Amino acid sequence: MDAIILQILNGLDKGSAYALIALGLTLIFGTLGVVNFAHGALFMIGAFCAVTLSKILSLSYIILDETQTDFLGKPLKVKVPYAESWFGPEIGAAIIDWSVPLAILFSIPVMLLIGFAMERGLIKHFYKRPHADQILVTFGLAIVMQEIIKYFYGANPIPTPAPDVFTGSYDFGVLLGFDPNVIIYPYWRLVYFGFSAIIIGAVFSFLRFTTFGMVVRAGMADRETVGLLGIDIDKRFTLMFGIAAAVAGLAGVMYAPINSPNYHMGMDFLVLSFVVVVVGGMGSLPGAVLAGFLLGTLESFASMNEVKSIFPGIDQIIIYVVAILILLTRPRGLMGRKGVMED
Amino acid sequence: MFGLDKKDATLLVIVAILTLCAPFLLNPFPSESALAQFNAGYPDLMQRFVIFGIFAIGFNILFGLTGYLSFGHAAFLGVGSYSAVWMFKLLSMNVIPAIILSVVVAGLFSLLIGFISLRRSGIYFSILTLAFAQMSFNLAYSVLTPITNGETGLQLTLNDPRILGQSATADGSIPVTSLFGLEMRSTYELVMGPWAFQFNAGYYLCAVIMVLAFYMSIRIFRSPFGLMLRAIKSNQTRMSYTGLNPKPYTLAAFVISGMYAGLAGGLMASMDPLAGAERMQWTASGEVVLMTILGGAGTLIGPVLGAGFIKYFENIFSKINDTVLHSWFSFMPDGLENLVVMLVYPFIGKGWHLTLGLMFMMVVIFLPGGLVEGGQRIRRLFRRKDDTPAAKTEPAE
Repeated sequence: MDAIILQILNGLDKGSAYALIALGLTLIFGTLGVVNFAHGALFMIGAFCAVTLSKILSLSYIILDETQTDFLGKPLKVKVPYAESWFGPEIGAAIIDWSVPLAILFSIPVMLLIGFAMERGLIKHFYKRPHADQILVTFGLAIVMQEIIKYFYGANPIPTPAPDVFTGSYDFGVLLGFDPNVIIYPYWRLVYFGFSAIIIGAVFSFLRFTTFGMVVRAGMADRETVGLLGIDIDKRFTLMFGIAAAVAGLAGVMYAPINSPNYHMGMDFLVLSFVVVVVGGMGSLPGAVLAGFLLGTLESFASMNEVKSIFPGIDQIIIYVVAILILLTRPRGLMGRKGVMED
Repeated sequence: MFGLDKKDATLLVIVAILTLCAPFLLNPFPSESALAQFNAGYPDLMQRFVIFGIFAIGFNILFGLTGYLSFGHAAFLGVGSYSAVWMFKLLSMNVIPAIILSVVVAGLFSLLIGFISLRRSGIYFSILTLAFAQMSFNLAYSVLTPITNGETGLQLTLNDPRILGQSATADGSIPVTSLFGLEMRSTYELVMGPWAFQFNAGYYLCAVIMVLAFYMSIRIFRSPFGLMLRAIKSNQTRMSYTGLNPKPYTLAAFVISGMYAGLAGGLMASMDPLAGAERMQWTASGEVVLMTILGGAGTLIGPVLGAGFIKYFENIFSKINDTVLHSWFSFMPDGLENLVVMLVYPFIGKGWHLTLGLMFMMVVIFLPGGLVEGGQRIRRLFRRKDDTPAAKTEPAE
């Protein structure tokens, strides 16, 4: 029982990352009809937004501290971050400590801008071209983005810690009446899960309850008619592309403390998130979220030792096996609309 | 000649001559000169040219003719490498059985994957092949370690049985791969004045096989079977309305291209008898996609050009560091020199993939026919200037 609860919890945070990326991919596919292989790169850029902000915030200058001496007897050189000298040591240290959550604010405009630039500059010209061309050009773009990041940040992963408050683990078992230290769960993963739930909720309510969202949904259903009604649907779709990029970026920002960002993390997530989208059904937003959590949980269950002893290696391939089975038995995915991309 | 019309025969002869003379052609600069770093005429690199050429030719039979974009072809190459190395471990160091086994195993493997993946088309097909390739990659790293030797990669050891050969040579080292006694690594060096040309047995084996593979692909392109494959690309529905079932044709194309990939993998292992799982990763499949598109998908010579192009620049560009750059631009005033070096540096050396990505995007956006189409456009430009009636060069697709 405790093991099952633990695996469900483990699945949730992996699942929330999958769900967020898949949500962005589906937004783009559902609105613009474009298969975006650069979406993993957007996730990666989001993570590097967190890295950049924490670097900027901890920019420091060197002063000589007369009260301390180094081993040669000279005054010790001490690095003082600008943030601490401007806002006082306590607030300054707190700002640096909270750089990852602060990066959320920083990354939204950055990702929106990147999204707009990408859509206006490149994707726009590929609406009419076959999916294969779209895959190829965004694949090229992903390589370019990844290499640019590699040029500026190097090839090694850059550890980006979460705020100190969230470093420990939460003892879930006590809450549910188990012995202590049986079900423990890192705080940051809880935060990640909560955060992604908020983002997913925000995207859905935006589409559901605003006029803008209504127009976008109408455009997803029948683009031509919406255009004929005199609505400039292209402009709204561009904004949706920006939002999708921002969702991917936010997923990346918050993922930075879980896994130190490196330049190819996007490619690693890309394949999985495509599988998630396909399982959920191309163009179905609830499907993407559902499939994300489902596959995340399945993956963590498959990595239980009891399961592994029956099917060795199942944890490595479970997602792909599920995807292949679903693709072959239910062509439109779990929640895909009938008739959308069924062949 | 060989059942080809005149144009194709000329193309084949040109390709054959170019590959056989490659040790000369790729070594145009004397070995002492400053430009010697642009020489590509050393065996290791030349072998990679032709091996990836074979891989790309095979991929082109699937993608270029039928339009099915597979993102999992590296899996077949990896399977080919593994089976070749196992042949070296168990049977003998002769490359022929190893290559035959790798083609057969890759063919069977692609038959299985193709049979399942080809139930869907378009983007679903791409994702299915991607999923299968990632699955094989993950399995090779984890549970299949007894067969693949996991992260270390499969290597030859002194304890291998090698029933028809010997476990160890007389001096106690691991025997080398050979073709009936002709060692693959043996190289004859011809020194002519300042030039040193290297003729490598392994390269010539690969080159001969590539010319054969190229000939096969011409025959496939010109055959009724090739015509069927093109029909699949242009309009599958119309094809089935005329009473033809596209499925067996696509599957055959998939298996053929899988066998080409297996052949490339087997050759790779024959030149250097080790195999690792990283050859199966999906980015490796992405590379062959890059080669084929860059050269020109659906054309005969395009994939070979693309493979050569990418491998050449990958090896030569990545060797250029900032010292070399500074020496090139040293004729400029200092400030300007530093500026130019600073601007150029991100695109070469370790940043070569950035150039590749940009180039690939440019090709997809502006030149869907790849380098071949670029060449044709330039030729047409000159023809018009000469005011001669433009002899229309038909692209294969």
